[in-house]
Amino acid sequence: MSSSSCNGSPSLNSVPTHGQPLWLLAELTYKCPLQCPYCANPLDFANRNTELTTEEWIKVFEEGRKLGAVQLGFSGGEPLVRQDLVTLISEARRLGYYTNLITSGVGLNERKVAEFRDAGLDHIQVSFQAADESVNNMLAGSQKAFNQKLKMAREVKAQGYPMVLNFVTHRHNIDQIDRIIELCIELEADYVELATCQYYGWAYENRENLLPTRAQLERAERITNEYREKLAAEGNPIKLIFVTPDYYEERPKGCMNGWGQVFLTVTPDGTALPCHSAKMLPIEFPNVRDNSLDHIWNESFGFNHFRGYEWMKEPCRSCDDKEKDFGGCRCQAYMMTGDATNADPVCSKSEHHHLITDARAEAEQPLDSSKMLYRNERNSRVFFSSSEFE
Amino acid sequence: MISNESIPTLNTMFRFQWEQAQNSYVLLYPEGMIQLNGPAGEILALVDGEKPVAGIVADLKGKFGDVDGLESDVLEFLAEAHKQRWIEISRSNVG
Repeated sequence: MSSSSCNGSPSLNSVPTHGQPLWLLAELTYKCPLQCPYCANPLDFANRNTELTTEEWIKVFEEGRKLGAVQLGFSGGEPLVRQDLVTLISEARRLGYYTNLITSGVGLNERKVAEFRDAGLDHIQVSFQAADESVNNMLAGSQKAFNQKLKMAREVKAQGYPMVLNFVTHRHNIDQIDRIIELCIELEADYVELATCQYYGWAYENRENLLPTRAQLERAERITNEYREKLAAEGNPIKLIFVTPDYYEERPKGCMNGWGQVFLTVTPDGTALPCHSAKMLPIEFPNVRDNSLDHIWNESFGFNHFRGYEWMKEPCRSCDDKEKDFGGCRCQAYMMTGDATNADPVCSKSEHHHLITDARAEAEQPLDSSKMLYRNERNSRVFFSSSEFE
Repeated sequence: MISNESIPTLNTMFRFQWEQAQNSYVLLYPEGMIQLNGPAGEILALVDGEKPVAGIVADLKGKFGDVDGLESDVLEFLAEAHKQRWIEISRSNVG
């Protein structure tokens, strides 16, 4: 019997009430042909090379579905690197998932787009680095990436998929937001995510090179709003989703809708996480090779660790907003203050809030892009070896 | 305007299915889900791109009996569904 208390019935044991893992993110591989300096993968990804097999992934999908998971994201790294992707898509679809392929478009071709459609793939999200070929290719660390992405975005639409275009915005490309939106309109995107960089992993290492200024951000948001009005007036159904960086907020984001409430990420080696950044925390997380997903979601130490409010310290514990923002992001608290039970320093009530205001001040300084650290095997080994000898 | 002759079709941007874990019909779209209430789910379950609104109403009457105001409820819901872009509307060739 599942011990899940998702039906709203009072919990009979000490496990706090929690929801179903509606969103299952399958990070199939850390391998990727691109080297984006804001990649969300762990800094020491080169240290992990035992990927789950096809059978192991299918077992994860079956167990996830029984727990109520309905959205399945194929992510990475670049999921197209997995040779068994068609099999994984068709098994996931057979189980009733809405299947999302989150790809750079590099490695995709017309035949694969059709093959995936036949296997039951529901949606393809193509990520861009910029609306401009040279900036895009500079950020991606690849000379051919931009044209390939354009070609694949057109192919995705031609074959009848709903399409999300994702632009990670930062100080190098946010001033081109009008060109980004124009490109998305031209490509007939259904949804456009104008997602400001989240400063974890590689992006945290490169933050001074990525965080836009407040003026840049306000301009981009204003232009986005103008486009929304214009598009609505034209009857264009395209949806523009603008994600502001929490660095310019005074209250933290309700990260992941709460710890272990909706999201479940499985990394290439089978580690199960409440969010894709959580691996950085000094917490032991379970592996799908050792435990069922039911156990992992409902019983494991890692998933129960920050559920509820008992773990909170001040100023969160007595804060009226704690049920709204859950104290913010545990990873950000840990990364910036060294203690994952602290308030997210984005909160102006946090004694560490100056770390955020310092970063805002730093963003006002001139750029030194020579310091950009690209996400590749060579740079990853540096993190790997330095953490190994600590 | 949606009338009895209109033929609703599910927008291909959405996938409609029964979701046991939610005990309801849902609409799935990229990275999202809309949970439908009972009547909304029963109406959308009959939207097949061929049946006109009159046929949907007749089917519902067959299933739930001749409930007062059924027809206007269906029209009202379909208008909302159209506004939300869950469905597209075409008119049947009368005659």
